[in-house]
Amino acid sequence: MTDKQLQLKSLELRKKTLQYIKQAGAGHTGGSLSCLDILHVLYRDVLRVGPENFHDPDRDRYIQSKGHSVEALYVVLADNGFFPFSELDTLCRYQSHFIGHPTRKVPGIEQNTGALGHGLPLSVGTALAGKMDQKPYRVFTLLGDGELLEGSNWEAAMAAAHYQLDNLTAILDYNKLQITGPVEEVLHSGPLPEKWKAFGWEVREVDGHDIGALRKALHSVPFVKGKPSFLIAHTLKGKGVSFMENTLKWHHGVPSDEEYLLAIKELEDQQKALLV
Amino acid sequence: MKTTERLHIRPGAANLEKFSATLQELASHDRQVVVVCSDSRGSGKLVPFGKQFPEQLVEVGIAEQNLVGIAAGLASCGKNVFAVSPACFLTARSFEQIKNDVAYSDNPVNLIGISAGVSYGALGSTHHSLHDFAALRAVNNLTIVAPADNYETEMAIRQAADLASPVYLRFGKKAMPFLSDTPDFRLGKGRTIRAGTDAVILATGETVYPSLLAAIRLEQQYQWQVGVISMHTIKPLDEDLLEEVGKKYPAVLTVEEHSIYGGLGEACAAFFMQRGHTPRFKIMGIPDEYTVTGSQKEIFEHYGISESGIAGALVHLLH
Ligand SMILES: Cc1ncc(C[n+]2csc(CCOP(=O)(O)OP(=O)(O)O)c2C)c(N)n1
Repeated sequence: MTDKQLQLKSLELRKKTLQYIKQAGAGHTGGSLSCLDILHVLYRDVLRVGPENFHDPDRDRYIQSKGHSVEALYVVLADNGFFPFSELDTLCRYQSHFIGHPTRKVPGIEQNTGALGHGLPLSVGTALAGKMDQKPYRVFTLLGDGELLEGSNWEAAMAAAHYQLDNLTAILDYNKLQITGPVEEVLHSGPLPEKWKAFGWEVREVDGHDIGALRKALHSVPFVKGKPSFLIAHTLKGKGVSFMENTLKWHHGVPSDEEYLLAIKELEDQQKALLV
Repeated sequence: MKTTERLHIRPGAANLEKFSATLQELASHDRQVVVVCSDSRGSGKLVPFGKQFPEQLVEVGIAEQNLVGIAAGLASCGKNVFAVSPACFLTARSFEQIKNDVAYSDNPVNLIGISAGVSYGALGSTHHSLHDFAALRAVNNLTIVAPADNYETEMAIRQAADLASPVYLRFGKKAMPFLSDTPDFRLGKGRTIRAGTDAVILATGETVYPSLLAAIRLEQQYQWQVGVISMHTIKPLDEDLLEEVGKKYPAVLTVEEHSIYGGLGEACAAFFMQRGHTPRFKIMGIPDEYTVTGSQKEIFEHYGISESGIAGALVHLLH
């Protein structure tokens, strides 16, 4: 797929993300829209995993640590054929496997996440097993910037560097917001590149909505042999819908009928603009 | 006419709302009252508190272990600390901080578990706290409370604030009606919501309300007199009251928004057994399985924690 085709598809998947959140009447809208391009590029272009080899021990692993952005993950997994989109009609309904956080009952999902600060330690263990067994697979995880306030991330960061896990890539969805406010106001946590470097990781930064740049960055892992890779993806919470972008209430806001139509229209306009 | 209207059961707000209003009131005449949050201010309805008393709110970010450690340090210096976080994270993530820094070191923190039990519904098991009574009952020096209605919530918060030892208090975010007009709340003392003779329901937290409705239904259907007691304090158990219950009632049903393991039900069972009481006995709660997915209401109904489910369980127990 060309960058442009992926871009167009990203817009389509944004629409679907909003559609299912709207239908379910619940969801983490802002964070899903901010990580959608990353997930889309990962599954379409980077990860050596699909429905056909999901049970292959040599498959690449993706573990979503910021589990609350599950709607983007569901939509991307459906787009990659793990299950039909129609299953998402049951999102958050009684007895559905499609709940508000990832679970392994859903095809394509590796780990049950949702409590923040678990994905990186899980990924370190998964990568370490790969090293022990000389497996070719790689491990990717997605972290939130608010999530980085959990101490478990930093314990795992040290372990990953200590064990020289160059088969591990952590991607930061760096949208600068959490629930209460901007991360830097809630609790100063920077400077992140310097901190991750000091913890023994090789760090790169990328525009998390630039499909071409994301592809390039994710294809160049490990950034350095013998070190885990940390990719800081600069993103916008609520990306793609003007009134949702960078706005706190959309952390788990659900659009009204009117807002929904407006949002879809904006995304369609962006699709049209790309096509001319 | 709905049962609630017939009974003149007064509607109330969510216990969560009552909690934050009470805390704001306490802080207005006590500068030692300090709230500690972990990106949980909005879910704790504490944004107005933060605006009114910015000096009395400490934000630690998404870091629940740090939340409890810092709260314990603050309490050790005389602060009247309320550490507020979703019950699931507060009691699982920070369990060791609760055990060592709060309970063992005897730092009188008020640990406030919001959106407890299955209040978070379809967010799933990472966000449910069905283990908290069980885990915390095994920790010495901790009072464990699950208030049923707004009145119990307000009184529990006020009495916890005055208590010189650590407390864990948990509640949900659904609006709860007032269950009794008798102002008789005391930490550690069960509250009789309805007297009975044929059987009694010992319930806690948000399950007291459906228990009351079930008791009323059984009176209407079978003329049974079923007592209902709000066992808001899970620990220490009100042994005097349970002794009376053991002597008086031929059948006891316990109901809780918790695993059937290690909570109110097993605490009562152990008490009755060791005192030689042998009523017919059943524990209702969430069974030991992957919890069904759905809203809190759907999960309750699935496991029979509803007017009809509880009434049905009692019919079964009494036949
Ligand atoms: C251990 C834990 N504590 C608290 C929460 C509640 N919570 C869900 S999302 C969130 C904010 C996350 O912020 P960030 O990581 O920046 O995610 P994003 O802004 O990208 O959605 C919080 C506090 C949680 N899921 N897990």
